[in-house]
Amino acid sequence: MTSNASIPPKPRTDVNPARIYTLRINGREDETILTVARQNGIDIPTLCHLDGLAERGACRLCIVEIQGSPKLYAACVTLVKQDMDVITDSPRIRDYRRKILELIFSERNHVCSVCVVNGNCELQNLAVKLGMTHVRYGYLNLTHAVDASHPRFSLDHNRCVLCLRCIRVCKDIEGAHTWDIAGRGIHARIISDLNQPWGESETCTGCGKCVQVCPTGALSEKGKSVAEMTKRPEFLPYLQMMRKEAEP
Amino acid sequence: MTLTIENLQEIAKTETDVLESYRYRINVCVAAGCLSCGSDAVKASLEEEIRRQGKEKACRVRAVGCLGLCAVGPLIDISPLNVAYQGVQPSDAPDIIGSLTGAPVSRLLLPTDHPFFSRQKKIVLENCGIVEPERIESYIAAGGYEALYQALRQMSPRQVIDDVTASGLRGRGGAGFPTGLKWTTVYKAQQADKYVVCNADEGDPGAFMDRSVLESDPHRVIEGMAIAGYAVGASRGYIYVRAEYPLAVERLRRAIKQAKQLGVLGENIFNTPFAFDIQLRLGAGAFVCGEETALIASIEGRLGRPRPRPPFPAEFGLWGCPTLINNVETIANIAPIVRRGGDWFAGIGTEKSKGTKVFALAGKINNTGLIEVPMGTPLREIVFDIGGGIPAGRRFKAVQTGGPSGGCVPAQFLDMPMDYESLKDVGAIMGSGGMIVMDDGACMVDVAKFFMEFCMSESCGKCVPCRVGTAQLFGILERITAGDAKIEDIDTLKELCDLVGAASLCGLGQTAPNPVKSTLRYFENEYMAHIRRHHCEAGVCAMGKAREDTA
Amino acid sequence: MSTPSKSPAEKMRIATIWLDGCSGCHMSLLDIDQRLVAAANRIDLVFSPIVDTRTYPQNVDVCFIEGAVASEEDVEKLHLIRSNTRRVVAFGDCAVTGNISAMRNRFALQEVMQRSYLENATHQPRTPDRDIPHLFDKVRPVHAFIDVDLFLPGCPPPADAIFEVLSALLEDRLPDLAGRVRFG
Repeated sequence: MTSNASIPPKPRTDVNPARIYTLRINGREDETILTVARQNGIDIPTLCHLDGLAERGACRLCIVEIQGSPKLYAACVTLVKQDMDVITDSPRIRDYRRKILELIFSERNHVCSVCVVNGNCELQNLAVKLGMTHVRYGYLNLTHAVDASHPRFSLDHNRCVLCLRCIRVCKDIEGAHTWDIAGRGIHARIISDLNQPWGESETCTGCGKCVQVCPTGALSEKGKSVAEMTKRPEFLPYLQMMRKEAEP
Repeated sequence: MTLTIENLQEIAKTETDVLESYRYRINVCVAAGCLSCGSDAVKASLEEEIRRQGKEKACRVRAVGCLGLCAVGPLIDISPLNVAYQGVQPSDAPDIIGSLTGAPVSRLLLPTDHPFFSRQKKIVLENCGIVEPERIESYIAAGGYEALYQALRQMSPRQVIDDVTASGLRGRGGAGFPTGLKWTTVYKAQQADKYVVCNADEGDPGAFMDRSVLESDPHRVIEGMAIAGYAVGASRGYIYVRAEYPLAVERLRRAIKQAKQLGVLGENIFNTPFAFDIQLRLGAGAFVCGEETALIASIEGRLGRPRPRPPFPAEFGLWGCPTLINNVETIANIAPIVRRGGDWFAGIGTEKSKGTKVFALAGKINNTGLIEVPMGTPLREIVFDIGGGIPAGRRFKAVQTGGPSGGCVPAQFLDMPMDYESLKDVGAIMGSGGMIVMDDGACMVDVAKFFMEFCMSESCGKCVPCRVGTAQLFGILERITAGDAKIEDIDTLKELCDLVGAASLCGLGQTAPNPVKSTLRYFENEYMAHIRRHHCEAGVCAMGKAREDTA
Repeated sequence: MSTPSKSPAEKMRIATIWLDGCSGCHMSLLDIDQRLVAAANRIDLVFSPIVDTRTYPQNVDVCFIEGAVASEEDVEKLHLIRSNTRRVVAFGDCAVTGNISAMRNRFALQEVMQRSYLENATHQPRTPDRDIPHLFDKVRPVHAFIDVDLFLPGCPPPADAIFEVLSALLEDRLPDLAGRVRFG
């Protein structure tokens, strides 16, 4: 601690008081559009984002417009900058978001009515939120397997949206790195260890964090039937806060 | 021992003297094109024949890089006779050696006054077919590494960058970003560790510009990278080359080894504090690794998937350090620019597109091969004069530039100058230089389907619009070509093109719809004929199949 | 209350049909309970699995289509409905997404037939080869074949949502389904 800490800060007069200040760490402005928007009660839909996990910018549902640029930016990975003029909701963005969601629904076999998280699913809720009443694109009807080899959990690839939250929580929070991804494009899928059944994984600690952060019914607890499972990803920010406090 | 300019000149002189001591230099192309039709056997038989005829003192057979006209390989070229032969077989050796003092072998003669040769202007390829790619001495004799010496000893990094900026050089990988600006950004970055990366992950179907440069003149790339390293303040470089180019990899390995031995790579180059080292990294077959952030991930040993930009690699690249990523052809332009000055380079080409461009001519064209022309050369000149037109008397239909990220240029634009802006205006892109020529036997819907299938299978799967969008687009194109589509599918196609282009994470997805968009723009009638009349004019698509499922 | 778009003498002609589904959506329709009685004097149920009409009538105001589309026969019905109906409602998840009926899409049709009629049969295992319509390889939602005016998802759609749609149609306004429906 330097002695400066006790000196009360001078009131700033050189800036617009309504402006949002950005946090600078090592010279980098480290707050995303998503964070700032949510702090200010502006809702931006997300799927691959989860508080407490590293960002990927992959689902593209959080796309926003920035005035002066023809491109769209993922709010979860775009850092706020001075004088940035962001539009989080416009007919164009709403239209794109709904179509992106339709694409997700068309890719695998998301049959809500027989899903373990029916009623508690982020994907299902997004459809309601974004006003997606039906999928105009043809369903790809890809064949995917179910891995029920783990004694307590099961993995249904048919319900996976490839948000990779499971990979990130396992690698960064649990430190086990059991999950990873294999394949490319629509053939990409989650694998445990070196593509062996989950139940035979040598690295899985059975902590169940991946199950809790999974936004859909892809990862679930065994013994739960249709609409019986609720995910609780809220543990994550708390866990990180506790860890931080425990640091010497 | 550090290398001096005198050493360099001495090597050059020795090499030249040795070469000139031979009355005839027989240059055999050993780039992949000619090699694949047996130029190594031709070379061996020529050497054998020279021994047999006892002409070892008068003739020397040299293994040189690409002579350009890949369509009629194996090619050889005899200096100083200015005679070139095409389609040479090992059995032709006695005639060739025997005719050196007399009339050339007419049945093999390749007319060197052909527009294919006379209309080209070579900067990037100036050493191709002239230097021996496997010998550094040969490169030095052609003025190699002089530019590096000049940069290191006579110029400040700022001056080098100013020269590159003044040259107006733009990225040859496809996007055409001003090279000088990129260099300046990396130069200005305040970090001790910086990197230079040469992107040699050429993956567009029908493109082989970078491969030819690497196979024919690898030292040119090394020299360019070292100059770039000096200019931006980097001491390490990586060449990311696809493993499907084994010959390029082998020649690069050899060239790097030679450069290190000679001292043009390593510590205290040319007795200056500048140190530069280059390592090779091999791509494992993923097209998306040509995207710079995926390429960086791959070099770092991670999964080759792109990440959102910004931050751009120039600020946050390899291991978080400022990284300069340039394409092979861009880097190959550096040494000549330093040697002859940015203004000289800026005097070639058009107002906004400077210098020359290497194109790989492929598809339905007589002179398949590698050419280099000034920016702004009309497409007609490239296709009909240099390229020799369309084979079998068929009609020119379109040319696809920029591969799966590009678009087609139909016949009405044949007189268009080939530069970044003009191509963009007609809905195509310059791309890396692949040029696939199509005649009236090509179905444009089928062409769009081919490129969409390519993008679909090369999509990394990270972002939704690209992963699922390309699969949906491919599905619709498949239905159209099978005669199973409805008229509304055209709207869905357009709408998906818009979505995938606007919302995808990286360049692969953002440009994936381009072939569909441009074929729809110029050949919508073909789409309509497929849908409405179940008719494929070119006769490519098998219509009427798979119709049992829909009413 | 807004005035009804039709006079009591002109009741709204409503049809319902049941394609490849479980009839759960029709059950939910009946779950409207006593409100249905109130609506009954303003609607005329002209075609439905629960009335005794065999042919689809002309000039229908609204048709609720339950179930996914799995055969040529279904498609014929759809076209008949579309050309004789003012507004078509995709009624429930099977009609909207394919839902349970479409879960067979991941398997070859023959595998599905084998499983249902041979492997799991306890009495006279036999694959039906006549009297049933030819099945498509893939089951698809209604809007893959005809234009749909309103999507009413849910497995089944809640009675409240169905009632809202009915009321809206009677009042000639757009139904407000926000917060009332979801997939599943």
